[in-house]
Amino acid sequence: MSVSVMIPTALRSYAEGNASITCSGSTVGEALASLTEQHPGLAKHLRTADGKLRSFVNVYLGEEDIRYMDGEATPVAEGATLTIVPSIAGGAR
Amino acid sequence: MNAPKTELPELNNEEIGRYSRHLILPNVGMEGQRKLKGASVLCVGTGGLGSPLALYLAAAGVGRIGLVDFDVVDASNLQRQIIHGTSWVGKSKVESAKARIADLNPNVQVDVYEEPLTSDNALAIVEPYDVIVDGTDNFPTRYLVNDACVLLGKPNVYGSIFRFEGQASVFNHEGGPCYRCLYEEPPPPGLVPSCAEGGVLGILPGIIGVIQATEIVKIILGVGETLSGRLMLYDALGMNFRQLKLRKNPKCVICGPNPTVTELIDYNQFCGVPSMDEGARPTDVSQTDEGFARLSVKDIKAKLDAGWAPFVLDVRKPHEADIVKLDFADLLVAHEDVAAHLAEIPKDRDILVHCKMGGRSAKASKVLADAGYGSVTNMEGGITGWANEIDPSLPTY
Repeated sequence: MSVSVMIPTALRSYAEGNASITCSGSTVGEALASLTEQHPGLAKHLRTADGKLRSFVNVYLGEEDIRYMDGEATPVAEGATLTIVPSIAGGAR
Repeated sequence: MNAPKTELPELNNEEIGRYSRHLILPNVGMEGQRKLKGASVLCVGTGGLGSPLALYLAAAGVGRIGLVDFDVVDASNLQRQIIHGTSWVGKSKVESAKARIADLNPNVQVDVYEEPLTSDNALAIVEPYDVIVDGTDNFPTRYLVNDACVLLGKPNVYGSIFRFEGQASVFNHEGGPCYRCLYEEPPPPGLVPSCAEGGVLGILPGIIGVIQATEIVKIILGVGETLSGRLMLYDALGMNFRQLKLRKNPKCVICGPNPTVTELIDYNQFCGVPSMDEGARPTDVSQTDEGFARLSVKDIKAKLDAGWAPFVLDVRKPHEADIVKLDFADLLVAHEDVAAHLAEIPKDRDILVHCKMGGRSAKASKVLADAGYGSVTNMEGGITGWANEIDPSLPTY
């Protein structure tokens, strides 16, 4: 399956500045693996040392948070969009 | 939340003229305008987000606005913090905002809290207000605002920005999710750069702050559909808005059915940062167990004056060095690339590492220490601290 992964501004410098990366995989986890294979620098921002998705990085399939689906085992359809939404704090300074 | 109609304050003739475009607007009208006059909003932060939203809330006739900020207006704020003016540089942000609001709409009562919001004062400050708006710039205060709102049952109108991108939502409103449902934990310090280190498009907080103001007015009026249960994402470069579904996390430690957080905690500790209450001013920590030293700009200046001649490594980006650099810097390598440039950094000399404010250089110092460099010193406060305290001829950015 070909899947678009939307890269947030905060992580674009680890993805050669791209806002969207085309990945392959039949599940969310496989698509993310394809993403970090293409851009290894993203891996440590997405996953902890033991391979879990970081708690301040949410992944959405379409409009849905994968935490409320089957997590990384959630199947993805051809042409689906995954969005990475990290926690950002800016606002005042 | 809203007082019964009979208890709503009346409008005087000046206010009727001032708010005429609201009064003739279906869904606002006289009753809605009186609701706005009877409402109170606490604005945590009077910076990029707080500036536009406080202006619009005041213009819209919200009767009472509380402002929490301990900062002073800096020239670098004026690119986006439109409630402040050039004549207020160096002076209190809350007083600056209060003066601007008084000029815009003298009917508004402005309460100022010129202090950091902390676990000790948050509940008392938040409690008197109907709606709380989060316009802060750091994770500890965001979790603090969230938890205070959940504990007191107040809606928390959220906005956050980074470079060209913003997020907005409404938390803890009518049984909806809270900020911890969205993000259980903050990132470790240093992994995500702040606006001060990462930059921000000046107009961006205008868009996000005005979305927050819109949501506040809708909550007060009880009209429309708020962003509760939705996260709005805005990308200024692509000029697109997207919305994602937010769900209440059944395992949420504060708003879930079995909360383990039942009172305010130490949010600096929770976020793994040294005290941010005073704006993360660096403290003089000499040798630590980090493997490198942290020295203030004053101590570094004293050592240099006494003949210390370290190899000086600037770990900022080239576009930052284009703005200002230390004339005694030896090498410019972005902090994330330091590990790949060890061959250019001498092992037999003391190394002094600096960036803009001290955050990235601390990470680079750690990389050097871990690579076997025995005498590495991080410049706490960075080139900004150097410009402020040692060499005022240098610009700050």
